[in-house]
Amino acid sequence: MTKPADAFEDIPGTVHFNGERLRQGYQLNKFLSSLLEPDNRKAFKADQAAYLTSFKMTDEQRQAVLDRNWVRMLDLGGNIFCMTKLALVDGTPFQQVNAIMSGMTMKEYEEMMNAGGRPMEGIRSKKEQNIG
Amino acid sequence: MAEIVAGFCTSHVPLLGRVIDGGRTQEPYWKPIFQGYEPTKKWLADLKPDVVIVIYNDHANGFSFKYTPTFAIGCADEFNPADEGHGPRHVPVVHGHSRLAWHMTESLVADQFDMTIMNEMDVDHGLTVPLSLACGQPEAWPFKVIPICVNVIQYPQPTAERCYLLGKAIRRAVESYDEDLKVVIAGTGGMSHQIHGARSGLINQKFDNWFIDKLTTSPAELTKISHAEYVREVGAEGMEIIMWLTMRGALDDNVDVLHRFYHVPAMNTAVGNVIMQNSRASA
Repeated sequence: MTKPADAFEDIPGTVHFNGERLRQGYQLNKFLSSLLEPDNRKAFKADQAAYLTSFKMTDEQRQAVLDRNWVRMLDLGGNIFCMTKLALVDGTPFQQVNAIMSGMTMKEYEEMMNAGGRPMEGIRSKKEQNIG
Repeated sequence: MAEIVAGFCTSHVPLLGRVIDGGRTQEPYWKPIFQGYEPTKKWLADLKPDVVIVIYNDHANGFSFKYTPTFAIGCADEFNPADEGHGPRHVPVVHGHSRLAWHMTESLVADQFDMTIMNEMDVDHGLTVPLSLACGQPEAWPFKVIPICVNVIQYPQPTAERCYLLGKAIRRAVESYDEDLKVVIAGTGGMSHQIHGARSGLINQKFDNWFIDKLTTSPAELTKISHAEYVREVGAEGMEIIMWLTMRGALDDNVDVLHRFYHVPAMNTAVGNVIMQNSRASA
């Protein structure tokens, strides 16, 4: 049976945040969302590794957080809206995260956005893909 | 009888809130965007609605992934701005209209829309940025707000058609309310943007403008587009424009466009703002 979700598989450079992703990244996202509480932000900043042990994340997920490996976090089920919390705690401009995820320098990314954004040509379908 | 007299749609880019809060709206990068909202600010100030129903989505701020309501309605008397990671925005508390919200809930559920009832809820930039864009920086918001939160961030989202039909059901709910109230409905989010992965930064001006055209003249066509096609054309995060269809569903088939504004970019996002009202209202 072709499921409606299969159509998403053809879209390049995009995570389809479905139930499988939710299950994979649940604890990672729970950690990221915990940073919405001021006391938790303080505790995380004081000892990041210790704070991370209070969530039932995988070691890979913990390491991706400590390394601020945004691409890896996304691969391991991180939700982008949860990841913004960590960037805010660090004071990292989110465009920098976007630049990293798309393999560009911050300057290249900014210039692309100011010129009207990433053009649609070649990024609609994996069949015509020119990214990643 | 309460009546939905008009609707507007707007992006809810979080950074626009920070720019307003920081008093930076006249900086060269931002000025054209805020100029584009001046007609909306004037229109809303002149119209003086009693209630604005805001269709928005939460971005893992007021809700966590612990539970994900598909459609939630704020039934409380007030809603605080959410802390999104660096303290809540310094904007007024959002005052609800509890009696109307409960009436709407009863009507919507009887109409087959099984709403999640929210008696305590913090509202994030998805709701507060549209208020700031449409009202500026008042001491208090000049109307009551009924927040309707739609899950557009976790698959499976409601279909575009379902969002459109919700708008029709909201209209029936409002029009069956016993008190005379002037109500405006706002659809928020969009326009094209993607903020994750290798497609980060996509902007699709052609689709965005086509979407606004169709939203005006033949919105039912937009309800036939699948989630995957929305994601393909306007980005995984941009697909939230399906919430504009809820606003549109609450209006007549024939509408007049009072204002239409489109700007690229606000950092990662295409910004759109449209005001519509039923054609008979302007006759």
